[in-house]
Amino acid sequence: MGRKLLLEHVNKPGIQGLEGYRANGGYRSVEKALKTMGPEAVLEEVKKSGLRGRGGAGFPTGLKWSFMAKPPGIPRYLVVNADESEPGTFKDRYLMERIPHMLVEGMITSSFALGANTSFIYIRGEYFYVSRILERAIEEARAAGWLGKNILGSGFDHDIHVHVGAGAYICGEETALLESLEGKRGNPRIKPPFPAVKGLYECPTVVNNVETIAAVVPIVNDGGEEYAKIGIGKSTGTKLISAGGNIKRPGVYEIELGVSCEEFLNSDEWCGGVEGRALKAVIPGGSSVPIIPAELYFKTAKFETRLMTYESLSDGGFATGTMLGSGGFYAYNDAQCIVRSTWNHSRFYRHESCGQCSPCREGTGWMEKILYRLEHGQGRTADIDLLWDIQRRIEGNTICPLGDAAAWPVASAIRHFRDEFEYHATHPTKVKDPRHFEKEPFRRVAKAVV
Amino acid sequence: MGATLKAVTTTEGTPPFSFSAEGLAECQRIIARYPEGRSKSALLPILHIAQAENDGWLSVNAMDAVAQVLGIQHIEVYEVASFYSMYNLHPVGKHLLEVCHTSPCMIRGSDDIVAYLEKKLNIHVGETTKDGMFTLKTVECLGSCGTAPMLQCGAKYHENLTPDKVDALIENLRNQPRNNYTDR
Repeated sequence: MGRKLLLEHVNKPGIQGLEGYRANGGYRSVEKALKTMGPEAVLEEVKKSGLRGRGGAGFPTGLKWSFMAKPPGIPRYLVVNADESEPGTFKDRYLMERIPHMLVEGMITSSFALGANTSFIYIRGEYFYVSRILERAIEEARAAGWLGKNILGSGFDHDIHVHVGAGAYICGEETALLESLEGKRGNPRIKPPFPAVKGLYECPTVVNNVETIAAVVPIVNDGGEEYAKIGIGKSTGTKLISAGGNIKRPGVYEIELGVSCEEFLNSDEWCGGVEGRALKAVIPGGSSVPIIPAELYFKTAKFETRLMTYESLSDGGFATGTMLGSGGFYAYNDAQCIVRSTWNHSRFYRHESCGQCSPCREGTGWMEKILYRLEHGQGRTADIDLLWDIQRRIEGNTICPLGDAAAWPVASAIRHFRDEFEYHATHPTKVKDPRHFEKEPFRRVAKAVV
Repeated sequence: MGATLKAVTTTEGTPPFSFSAEGLAECQRIIARYPEGRSKSALLPILHIAQAENDGWLSVNAMDAVAQVLGIQHIEVYEVASFYSMYNLHPVGKHLLEVCHTSPCMIRGSDDIVAYLEKKLNIHVGETTKDGMFTLKTVECLGSCGTAPMLQCGAKYHENLTPDKVDALIENLRNQPRNNYTDR
């Protein structure tokens, strides 16, 4: 059994309310930070903890916070990114729904360290009902004096507002999120200036994922060094993984970083193994990260055991590795068609491209069209090279990472499953049936191109 | 077969719109969250209120009313409303069924649920039933991948769908008032 820092009390009765949360040690970090520590000390603990952004990019949180500009007389903001839209990811929803006060507590402590008197939670519009839960938690916290003026007599004022989006994946990108929070279209901004210098309303702003901010609570309570003892190397602490796809036990699990990939997939504590058939491929961190075939999921190209850490999952680069990303884990069994799935991914990115940069706006549309015809028995072998060419021209040529996120699934699918694409081009009548691989698996185990 | 969804870009033939007293009070409460001079930030939440009070879609009249509440140009509202997928720029049925069809749901059979709904309601995706009761839409990932396949109707998530569950849901919805995202 691994240690649980975020979900330890998730099943305790009444944990959703302030009373139940307090009874299980809630708001201790606010007391500790405001009464005994001071902002600098909180920042120091976060730095020591080695906490990395849990939204996908894995940027060190302490470092991000230390970039916050502090011009006198100008307000600073903390914005929590709850626009969880990465396919496969539903960990933040789980956390906000079950323990809303943990996010509120983390926000007060973090804002204290950052010197922000106002913070916002930008939550995706589809989670409207979750925003009501958060609003209720904020009301409770305000009534109990955890929010408002002069919290705990420390002289620190803070208030939190929930802002509901309206359905746009791109608003999970931090500058697009800020644009959206200002009441505009979610078009990402060109960086620099970074939000830490010019963010919300042109003021210094830190944007962090829900899970990142929640992790500040145990870090302040137990100390950064204690947190850093969990995990391996630069992957410290625990991570929420939302598991789905063809597995026996879908759900949200908190793991200590460093659990082996095989154990995570097969242990009854977590995924419980693949449902029914053989494992074909895995996407470990949301649809944007490269898909990897089963044997590369279990072992790296150097035949080392693959671990659930930032470093181990990306071992071998994109040739043989992938990324931990947001922790949106989903597995494919051998009845699934990779071409169909890649077409599905491309449709997603075409739909969600904001349309600012030509490579992404045009490229995602072309990739979807080409993948559609391959999947529906109208493709040709030359399409595979054409796809490769298009994705290569998108990657790195756009303002925000959505372009990369659209290119990587296509590139990795072709890299590891090229023969499946070729089969689609050469067997048009067979693949017209959407269930073609369910009846006759193309192959039991995928071959890796190492 | 039902009517296809198409954006309505004219005020012709659409009913006038004005906020209810409660709606207006809610708007003011939302505007107060943001710093002075930054009331435009309230645009997205206020569009949700307008949509809920306008039978689930945003007519030009409704968007113009939002512009008036915030004191901004009409175009500032149109460009935002047309960007986000949750704002309907066309009339929708009483119940908007939004089925997630992104890869994690696809793996777990969302295509079957879509096909089942199409057959059951006798409409294609993107259409409204003749009686104006249901509109069927497919949407991208709703963050419910562990309980796939699923659909959203108003603020509610209906998860782990099977044909039987869909049957029960449709029957249940027939007698219910409209579900809005903003429902409490």
